[in-house]
Amino acid sequence: MEISLSAEPIFFVDNFPITNTIINTWLVIFIWIIIGLMVDRKVNFVPKTLQNILEMVVFAFWDLCRSVAGERGKKFFPLVTAIFIFVLTSNWLNLLPGFGSFGVWEREAYGKKFIPLLRGATSDLNTTIALALVSVGAIQYYGIKALGPRLHFSKFFNFSNPIAFFVGVLELISEFAKIISFSFRLFGNVFAGEVLLTVIAFLIPVLASFPFYGLEFFVGFIQAFVFAMLTLVFLNIATIPHGEEVAHGT
Amino acid sequence: MELKDLAVGLAIGLGAIGPGIGVGILGGKALEAIGRNPEATSKIQTNMILAVAFTEAIAIYALVVALIIKFV
Repeated sequence: MEISLSAEPIFFVDNFPITNTIINTWLVIFIWIIIGLMVDRKVNFVPKTLQNILEMVVFAFWDLCRSVAGERGKKFFPLVTAIFIFVLTSNWLNLLPGFGSFGVWEREAYGKKFIPLLRGATSDLNTTIALALVSVGAIQYYGIKALGPRLHFSKFFNFSNPIAFFVGVLELISEFAKIISFSFRLFGNVFAGEVLLTVIAFLIPVLASFPFYGLEFFVGFIQAFVFAMLTLVFLNIATIPHGEEVAHGT
Repeated sequence: MELKDLAVGLAIGLGAIGPGIGVGILGGKALEAIGRNPEATSKIQTNMILAVAFTEAIAIYALVVALIIKFV
């Protein structure tokens, strides 16, 4: 039973390791480009199967963005839906047979090591940190674009009175905590799910994995939804126009 | 039994107590709210899932620490 926290490099490009999770990221992108081209060729007014499924997802997120963020939600819709689709596909692809089990044996200094050729993209901390940085970066960008840099940064550096200063410091720390929380939530769920499936399959090779696959299927969907939803909620909070803020005090 | 194995067990075991209670409270409040106002079920459900993900993240941090101790 081989469980490796870090992704295994498959080959090197000038000292830069191309790991099996990077290859999986490309696989996800490739799959969605193919699906996009397939649907784009002929868009029917009365949708057939594939277009119907995609419309379900797109309209669900359109309504979600409109209901959470109102009119501003239209701007956030592409990023949020893209995050959801990428994370969902990565999570679910990780459950297919062959992911984690199809690989090569490599000779190491002290024995043999198993290198799986396919491993879900989100089970690598690098991918999830990258997604978290994109999310929090987008939050800052849309915040500055909506409020202007002075107003946006005055949330964090507020020198009017000492209490407001400490609240600003806490807000700043909370922005960095968002990056860590986004990345570790997704990574922890997917990697722990991977380990769980490996251990259960190792203990009871027949049939016992079935309910755990169901759990991982559900968890993959929920984590994708939560990542997208939290991005949307924080984007909404960061872009509230100045006059619309909630009244402080009584 | 090494101390390392003990550490792994304690890390996830103790780390899951808080989030377990938290998720239970959240679920209870959500069910109560749905009982009082069944029309708002979908709104309550969406917000509950969001809040559950937040608290569950704490348990996931504990799990990641346990995995790091065991495998790194």
